[in-house]
Amino acid sequence: MSKTMTLTLQIWRQRSANTPGSMQTYKLEGVNEHMSFLEMLDVLNAKLTKEGQDPVAFDHDCREGICGSCSMVIDGRPHGPRKGTTACQLHMRTYKDGDTITIEPWRAKAFPVIKDLVVDRASLDRVVAAGGFVSVNTGVTVDANATPIGKKDADEAMDYAACIGCGACVAACPNASAMLFTGAKVGHLVKLPQGQVERRGRVLRMVEQMDREGFGACTNHRECSEACPKEISFDAIELLNREYMRAHVTGE
Amino acid sequence: MDLNAKIPDGPIEGKWDRHRFEMKLVNPANKRKYNILVVGTGLAGASAAASLAELGYNVDCFCFQDSPRRAHSIAAQGGINAAKNYQNDGDSIYRLFYDTVKGGDFRAREANVYRLAQISVNIIDQCVAQGVPFAREYGGLLSNRSFGGAQVSRTFYARGQTGQQLLLGAYQALERQIGAGKVKMYPRHEMLDLVVIDGVARGIITRNLVTGETRGWVGDAVVLATGGYGNVFYLSTNAKGSNVTATFRAYKRGAGFGNPCFTQIHPTCIPVSGDYQSKLTLMSESLRNDGRVWVPKQKGDARRPEQIPEEERDYYLERRYPSFGNLVPRDVASRAAKAVCDEGRGVGPSKMAVYLDFGDAVRRLGQNVVADRYGNLFEMYERITGEDPYKTPMRIFPAVHYTMGGLWVDYNLMSTIPGLHVLGEANFSDHGANRLGASALMQGLADGYFIIPYTIGNYLAQAKLPKIGVEHPEVQRCLAGVRAQTTRLLGIKGRTTVDEFHRELGLVMWDYCGMGRTAEGLKTALQRIPEIRARFWSDVAVPGNNEELNPWLEKAGRVADFLEFGELMCLDALERNESCGGHFREEYQTPDGEALRDDANYSYAAVWEYTGEGSAPRLHKEPLEFKNVKLATRSYA
Repeated sequence: MSKTMTLTLQIWRQRSANTPGSMQTYKLEGVNEHMSFLEMLDVLNAKLTKEGQDPVAFDHDCREGICGSCSMVIDGRPHGPRKGTTACQLHMRTYKDGDTITIEPWRAKAFPVIKDLVVDRASLDRVVAAGGFVSVNTGVTVDANATPIGKKDADEAMDYAACIGCGACVAACPNASAMLFTGAKVGHLVKLPQGQVERRGRVLRMVEQMDREGFGACTNHRECSEACPKEISFDAIELLNREYMRAHVTGE
Repeated sequence: MDLNAKIPDGPIEGKWDRHRFEMKLVNPANKRKYNILVVGTGLAGASAAASLAELGYNVDCFCFQDSPRRAHSIAAQGGINAAKNYQNDGDSIYRLFYDTVKGGDFRAREANVYRLAQISVNIIDQCVAQGVPFAREYGGLLSNRSFGGAQVSRTFYARGQTGQQLLLGAYQALERQIGAGKVKMYPRHEMLDLVVIDGVARGIITRNLVTGETRGWVGDAVVLATGGYGNVFYLSTNAKGSNVTATFRAYKRGAGFGNPCFTQIHPTCIPVSGDYQSKLTLMSESLRNDGRVWVPKQKGDARRPEQIPEEERDYYLERRYPSFGNLVPRDVASRAAKAVCDEGRGVGPSKMAVYLDFGDAVRRLGQNVVADRYGNLFEMYERITGEDPYKTPMRIFPAVHYTMGGLWVDYNLMSTIPGLHVLGEANFSDHGANRLGASALMQGLADGYFIIPYTIGNYLAQAKLPKIGVEHPEVQRCLAGVRAQTTRLLGIKGRTTVDEFHRELGLVMWDYCGMGRTAEGLKTALQRIPEIRARFWSDVAVPGNNEELNPWLEKAGRVADFLEFGELMCLDALERNESCGGHFREEYQTPDGEALRDDANYSYAAVWEYTGEGSAPRLHKEPLEFKNVKLATRSYA
C-alpha cells in the first residue's frame, strides 16, 4: 500500500508583474507518496478551484524532465532537493507526513514574474539568437560522415548540449548569472568542427547579449551546476571565460 | 471535397525530382513580398519557419509554450531513421520505403512515403552540419541502433535525447532568423481560429496567453505544425499542453480530417500508479534492443520477478515472433502486452504491466555498456518508480503516444483549403495505420526542411491573392467568435474542474476507442461523449478572467475541442470495419489474434468534412493504390 501524507505548503502568490506578491499558506491532505511534485500541485489547484479560490499558476509541459518548462524554487533550491532532477520528476516519496514546503518562482532581474510561479525567460532565447547556432542554411550536401568526430569530442559536446534551458542556474546564482547556460551552448559548439568557423564572434555576441539582458557575472559560487537538473559541469563557465579571452586576444 | 492528391506521374523513384523541376518558382527578390504564418515550433514548424526565412520569405511564427525550444518534439527519445546504409547491412531508400508502407499496414500513400525515405538521408547531413551531436563510434563515424519493424540498423541517435538535440538544431536555426529579423516570433500565443477568405486560408486568430489579447493575423499562406491529439485520451505520453485545437478549428473551417481513429499505442511506458496520474512517461523503444519482455507463464503468479525461474517465464514476443523478437512494431507489441494481461498474467500492483528485463544484457555486456546506452532512461525510470532497473526488471504497459491521423494533405502538404499547409504529426500523410519507431522525427524534419520550402513557392507563384488587412470583415467575424467562446467559458462558473471532464472523456476514449475497439463499444462512446459535452458546457469551473495568464481558460478551450473531436474519432473507428495497424477492431482478427485487414473494402484514407454544428460529418475517400509494395498480410513471425 502506498503512504499518504499531510503537508503545509507556503507558496508565492503574485497576481501579475505589476502587483506585489506574498507567501500564502495552504494545508493539503491525502498526498500520495507516488505522486510527482506537480501532481501534488494539481491536487491543490483542484481543491482551490472547487473552493472558489484562484489556483496557483506554474509553467509545466512534458512532465518528463526534458522540455525545461517547470521553474520553481522548492525549499530554497531550484527544482527542489534531488540532484539532477527537475521539479516535474521530483516525487512525493522524498517528503514525509507533516512536512512544510516553500515554493517560489525563479528570482532574477532578467526573469520578470508573470504570475505566481510563472516567469518570463525570453532573455535566454535572445542569448541564443545572438549567436548560439551554426550559420548553415537548409540544403547542405556534405555527407554526414565526411568529417569524422572523435567519440570523446562528440560525447563532450553532447554533455553540454544536454542543457534544457530551464534557467535553474540563473535562479540558483546569487548574482543571477546566465554563464552556465551560455557556457553550455558555447561548449557544445566549440567541441565540434562545425562550430569552429564562427567560434570567435559567437562567444562575443552571446556574452554581450547576456550582459544586455541584465544577467549578473560569475563569482565562483558554483551553485549553478549544483542546481542544474542536467548536471552541466561548472567547467562550462571556465570554458566560456577561456573562449571569451581567446576571442579578445585573437581579435581581428 | 476535392481529394486530388496531385501525385506526380512517372516511376516512384523519379516523382519528387520531376515535381521539383516542374514546380513554379518565386523569384528571390519577390520572396520578401510574401508573409507566411507558421503555427507551432516543433521539428516541423521550427525547421519550416527557419528554412522559409532563409529563402527570403517573411515569417510570423507562433507557439503556446514560453519558448519555441519547448515544443513537444523535445521529448522524443530514441532516434531518427535514415536510409544511409552506413552499416552495410542491406539498407536502401527502397527498403526504408518498403518497411514504412508495411509498418503502416498499407494505409499510407506510396508516393509520399517514398519521398520521405529519399529525403531521410539529407536530414542527417543537415543536422550534422548544424552541430547536432549524434552518437559516434570510436573511429569518429556516426553510430546506429535498431528500432522496431526493421531488420537493419538505420536509427541515428543522441543518447536518449534525440528529439531534444534535433529540435535544438532547428530552434537554433530559427533563432538565427529571429536575430536576423526574418522571423517574428510570438511565444505564449495560441491559435484559436483559422481565417478563410473566398475559400483560401489567409489568416489566423491568436490569444496572447499573458495578456489575454485576441488578435487577427493575415498572410499569404498558413502553415500548421501543431502536433498530434493523443491528449484526447487524457493520459498519454504527450506533453500536457499538446492539443487538437488548431487542427480541429481548421477542420471546422473546411479542412478535411484524415483517418482520425489511427492512434498509436506505444508498448513501453511506465504503468499508471494512481487516480492523480497526470501523464504517462515513455520508455524509449530503443530499450527493446537489449531488454527482453516477459510475464510469468502461470496466471496470478505473485512472486517477485527474480524468484521466478527461467523456465517459468514466457518471453512471449520472442515466442510468437521469432524473426523480429522483441523488436516487433509498436502496434503488435502493445496488443501482445494487452493480451497477456487480459489472460491474468500481468504483473505489478495493478496487474496491468509486463516486465522489460535487462538481466541478460547486464550479464552479457556489463553494467557500464548498458549504462552508456540507456543510462538516462534508467535514471528516469528510477526517479518515477523508486525502483532500480539494473537490479529488477522494469514494469511497462502500453500508452497512447502518437496520432497517425491528422489533416488530410496532398503531395504538396496542402490541405483541402488552398493556402493551408499542414506538416509533421498534424497531418495524416506518411505513417498509415501505424508509425514505425524513429520515423516521426524523420517526417517532421522532412516536411519542414525539405518539402514545404519547395511546395509553398509553387503555391504562392500561382495564387492570385488580393491584398487584405486585419480589418477584413471575415477576420473580425472570427475574432468575435473566439471572444464569445472565452466569455461563455468564463461565464459558466460551474462545479466540475476542466481536468475532471478531461479525465472522464479520456476514460471513455481509452475503454472504447483505445487498444481494442468494437462496434458496440464505439456506439456506447458515441452516446457518452455528447452527454459529457453537454455537462461540460453547463457545469465547468473555469477560474480567473481573460485579461491575465489563465492556464485553466486555455485548457478549457482545448478540452472543449477534444469533447467534439473524440466523437469524430469514434465515428471513424466505427466506420472502418477492419483491423489495421493501431486500429484493432476486435471483430476482425485472425485466429491467432493478429489484425485482419479488408483491402477490398477499406484500402482508402477516410477524410471527414465538417458540415455544421449538430450535423453529421460527411465521409470522403481517397483510394490508396499499391503499385510498388505488394499488398500482403503483415507478418513479423
